[in-house]
Amino acid sequence: MDPHLLKELNVERRARRAAILVTDLEDGCDRLVRERDVVDGALGSALERAFQSGKSATIEADGRSCFLNVHLPPARLVVIGAVHISQALAPMAALSGFDMTVIDPRTAFATPERFDSVALIAQWPDDALKQVPLDAYTAVAALTHDPKIDDDPLHAALKANCFYVGALGSRKTHAKRVDRLLARGLTLEEINRISAPIGLDIGAASPAEIAVAIMAEIITSLRNRSVTSS
Amino acid sequence: MENDIETLDPLMVAERWIDEGRDVAIATVVDTWGSAPRPTGSQLVIDRDGNFHGSVSGGCVEGAVVSEAVDILSDGKPRMLEFGVADETAWQVGLSCGGKIRVFVERLG
Repeated sequence: MDPHLLKELNVERRARRAAILVTDLEDGCDRLVRERDVVDGALGSALERAFQSGKSATIEADGRSCFLNVHLPPARLVVIGAVHISQALAPMAALSGFDMTVIDPRTAFATPERFDSVALIAQWPDDALKQVPLDAYTAVAALTHDPKIDDDPLHAALKANCFYVGALGSRKTHAKRVDRLLARGLTLEEINRISAPIGLDIGAASPAEIAVAIMAEIITSLRNRSVTSS
Repeated sequence: MENDIETLDPLMVAERWIDEGRDVAIATVVDTWGSAPRPTGSQLVIDRDGNFHGSVSGGCVEGAVVSEAVDILSDGKPRMLEFGVADETAWQVGLSCGGKIRVFVERLG
């Protein structure tokens, strides 16, 4: 492998951008493919599948045996609101392999005692998100019900093309939220990416059950995301 | 997390080693059959003195990969290595293993 290619790959990985290193197993020649690169033929469709699944594999394409080493950024979950549901969500996110951060400016909620195992930032979302920049491999769940706290990060999540954006609240609450976001200049198409009411419809009632519904919805979005849309 | 990737990630380590002027080989699991200890894409990086970082198995075949890698650093030709995971070893660590892996070893540069 060319050391320059290794450096290029590591640049992509440090920047949390997806990349695949394609190695020809006959001669050891490598090439780096980024998510937005267009590759034709059998290799192109194999690459597209690999970006989606995240699974590295040896493939046969155009008469060559190639190894696709897939480097996807680790998925992150940013939760707005240090609420009861977030407490239940924390261990579920960890088990599912998500790096979770909780943001809530209300210091009565955002206490280390309530959240001992996750990153907790007791600041307003706009300030906190400077430490956890949003990107296409980040899910955002806004759980405070409070427009003062939820609206800014929802806006930021849609603009950053987060693979999942969910907001807690009834249909009525959400209708008002849609009006506010429209007034901020977001399009209806952008706003419609928000999952609301939040979570898969499993009839969840308790905070823990709602957390399960949210986690399942996030996983669905991650595994079924369209790689070309970003 | 950001610090972990810099210190623990084999490809980040390889980049650092290259910058230090060391010769580096990279071993990658490219195929697995049955229950293999590490998934495809797992990597081990090796320098000429036999220092290594990362893993391609649970420690069963690293020794063999490291000695092959030192040869590959000399002649520069990539090589494909195949390993069956010994059942005996598997039983000792309580795994019903017995898988097989293919490891591609190449020189960096």
